[in-house]
Amino acid sequence: MIRVVLPFHLRNLARVDGEVQLEVAGPATLGAVLDALEARYPVLCGTIRDHGTLQRRPFVRFFACKEDFSFEPPETRLPAEIVSGAEPFLIVGAMAGG
Amino acid sequence: MSTIRVLVGTKKGAFLLTADGQRKNWKVSGPHFAGWEIYHVKGSPADPNRIYASQTSGWFGQIIQRSDDGGLTWNTPGSSPEELKGPDGFPKGESNKFVYSGEVGTHKWYDGTQHPWEFKRVWHVEPSLTAPDTAYAGVEDAAIFKTTDGGKTWRELPGLRQAKGHLWQPGAGGMAVHTIILDRKNANRIYIAISAAGAFRSDDGGKTWKPVNRGLKSRYELPDPDAEVGHCVHRIAMHPSRPEVLFMQKHWDVLRTDNAGEQWREVSGNLPTDFGFPIDVHAHEPETVFVVPIKSDSEHFPPDGKLRVYRSQTGGNEWEPLTEGLPQQDCYVNVLRDAMAVDSLEPCGVYFGTTGGQVYASASGGDSWKAIVRDLPAVYSVEVQTLK
Repeated sequence: MIRVVLPFHLRNLARVDGEVQLEVAGPATLGAVLDALEARYPVLCGTIRDHGTLQRRPFVRFFACKEDFSFEPPETRLPAEIVSGAEPFLIVGAMAGG
Repeated sequence: MSTIRVLVGTKKGAFLLTADGQRKNWKVSGPHFAGWEIYHVKGSPADPNRIYASQTSGWFGQIIQRSDDGGLTWNTPGSSPEELKGPDGFPKGESNKFVYSGEVGTHKWYDGTQHPWEFKRVWHVEPSLTAPDTAYAGVEDAAIFKTTDGGKTWRELPGLRQAKGHLWQPGAGGMAVHTIILDRKNANRIYIAISAAGAFRSDDGGKTWKPVNRGLKSRYELPDPDAEVGHCVHRIAMHPSRPEVLFMQKHWDVLRTDNAGEQWREVSGNLPTDFGFPIDVHAHEPETVFVVPIKSDSEHFPPDGKLRVYRSQTGGNEWEPLTEGLPQQDCYVNVLRDAMAVDSLEPCGVYFGTTGGQVYASASGGDSWKAIVRDLPAVYSVEVQTLK
């Protein structure tokens, strides 16, 4: 079971309170986790990745085990701690200055 | 007794303001979608309980929200898992999917080169006059989309971008379809306006479009002041009883046409400045028009720090300032293009919102004003529903 932490606005949009827990079929890659998340919460389609290109939206970041996975390709396998559920996979809205 | 519902889109959420027909005591509901930019909220004329909202974010993109109970509850259209499962088992999730039709194409970029169209957000949602499930969306980069299933899916009407789209160029605020006007007497006729491309008209339900900018002059914005496209039209308004008469607030200049946009003429008359954003028409007097003059394109606030609505009861040229109840010193707010609306009670109610978070209302056709709420986030849009 993979644990995913969504940013505040996407939790509201998906109407979830805390972490999301996902079953991912096959290898737990970055792309597979996002596919599973959007399958479970279709309202999130287009909010994390572009609808057409599936490219990460510019101000969304992916963190796992204190590493930044934002620039990794979708076939990148996530760390064992994420796959086991020991650590959460973080989807983060980039900081806004001001 | 009638009820008035004012739908307010702001930089940080949507608000619904309601009052009875006296329009004295207002109840404020919100923020809905707190923290999100709400570019526009508008109810269906065919079913007032059906309201569409454009919710957008620089982080998370575009969301379309819909209420079927007058704004008490909201949902992204068709987003239940049962509705979204396609035949291959994957989610469709298309209520916020705005994808340009066919070849994306290019438009003029700031440096004069051609630049591909890129969807950014929905500026304006215009529900059909007759079918609650049908609505049009004006988007940035400029294009028009249509839904016929209550917002579950959106399809571009690509003929608009064929109307010399390669010559359109964004202004400082982007390049968006911000005005959509449906003709009550001719179901096939639609007007739209784009900053910075101009006004366009379709006579076949949105299939094909033509520029309708003859008479517009942009001396300081375009190398050819009389260009067929490229004008920065800020807003167009129509009285439903006279769909061939339109009033326009351009970047500079207030204009009118009496022949459905075939020819425009300036009616700025004695306005203190003819720069501004919104323009609207009195509900019962087709020759009574309201604008909010703004000092200049470099200084987006009222002249002399005095917030004044100007009213013409002669279809333009002769304007009178309306000041009672509006701040007449140290006021430096702006009023954005989609932030003015009228109700259909007698006397006509007029409403506008400011970037300072005030929503002002007049229950006397503009003679006097009152702030019905004053500390909202910057107001992007104001629409009014007159409920029987």
